[in-house]
Amino acid sequence: MDQRTDNKYISPEAVVAEMKKNNVTHVVCLPDSETNWLYVLLQAEPSLTLVPVSREGLAFSTAAGLWTGGATPIIMIQNTGMMEAGDSMRGWGVGFNIPVVVIVGYRGWTRHGVTADTAAVYIERHLNAFNINYYFVESDADCARISIAFEDANRTKRPVAVLVCDEYHGSNR
Amino acid sequence: MINTADMLKIFQRYRGDAIVVPGHGGRHWINISTKPNLDAIIGGGHPGMGGQASFALGLALAQPNRKVVLFDSEGDLLMGFGVLATIADRQPKNFYHFLLDNECYGLTGGQPVPNGKNMRYDVIARGTGYPSTYNFVDIEDFSSNIERIMAQPGPVFVAMKVIPEINNLPIDKRIPWQTRRPIDVLKDLRKELGVAR
Repeated sequence: MDQRTDNKYISPEAVVAEMKKNNVTHVVCLPDSETNWLYVLLQAEPSLTLVPVSREGLAFSTAAGLWTGGATPIIMIQNTGMMEAGDSMRGWGVGFNIPVVVIVGYRGWTRHGVTADTAAVYIERHLNAFNINYYFVESDADCARISIAFEDANRTKRPVAVLVCDEYHGSNR
Repeated sequence: MINTADMLKIFQRYRGDAIVVPGHGGRHWINISTKPNLDAIIGGGHPGMGGQASFALGLALAQPNRKVVLFDSEGDLLMGFGVLATIADRQPKNFYHFLLDNECYGLTGGQPVPNGKNMRYDVIARGTGYPSTYNFVDIEDFSSNIERIMAQPGPVFVAMKVIPEINNLPIDKRIPWQTRRPIDVLKDLRKELGVAR
């Protein structure tokens, strides 16, 4: 079975389409294992500017500056980095009412059995501790939730997370 | 070493319509600036230390036709040192990165930053890819170069050794100098830039 045509997976094209639909101008990112081919698409997309950060905490302060200046940033990091960025998210994101959507690679996500990866064990608890709303995206059919996340962020004026639960499938080819 | 307030008074003459992120220089800049709605006076460590440079970079990328001037501090920069790589990667022509280096954490009692006396931040910035870097230890040198610095394309990095201003008071005894809440500062700035919605 070709993973790219099976509706059970996320295609990078669907994610990029959602970014364009929501007028994203800048993608503040630190690549992770789940987003290899998505990154390639982002580099090639003329309407998007990639802003590579070297540590995830800097993503929130960068996004705060972009938004303040009138751009529409999106952040793309892994769940490990989302936790590393905690205080930056508190101060630069939540504290400054920045309505930024954070695409979070859900390393360790599994629907079945025991969750073995502590990055997966703690990420939702981390988001809940900061009162960050989040949406699961497991397939192309779920990608419309990215737009819902943008509406949520703009309405609440807070960061909102999109947890990408597809690891080594659609985004990796 | 340079007196921060004196340096800012000289800089003010060459500010033009630049957005200024004054960082820990904000306590002086607030009394010097003639364009408060273009000042992102958000406090040095208030939103979270380590993010001033990346915040200013974001502003510069969002407003490519307007200069953005940052007065960073070495303690803040050290916490997010990787930002130099991102700035060098993006090469924003409108970005002017000044560093107020007092070799210590002034707000917590003056404890030294790691290797504070030996760090050459201008050399590090040059090594990451800033095309123009400067290092000043006296106000006369700064004064004779600032016009040229602001006239050239960025990114420019200017390291300055400044006189430490140590605060030993407990947090609840300090007299606040900011006149607006940081979120109101950002609101005013967005309105001034015409991007408020």
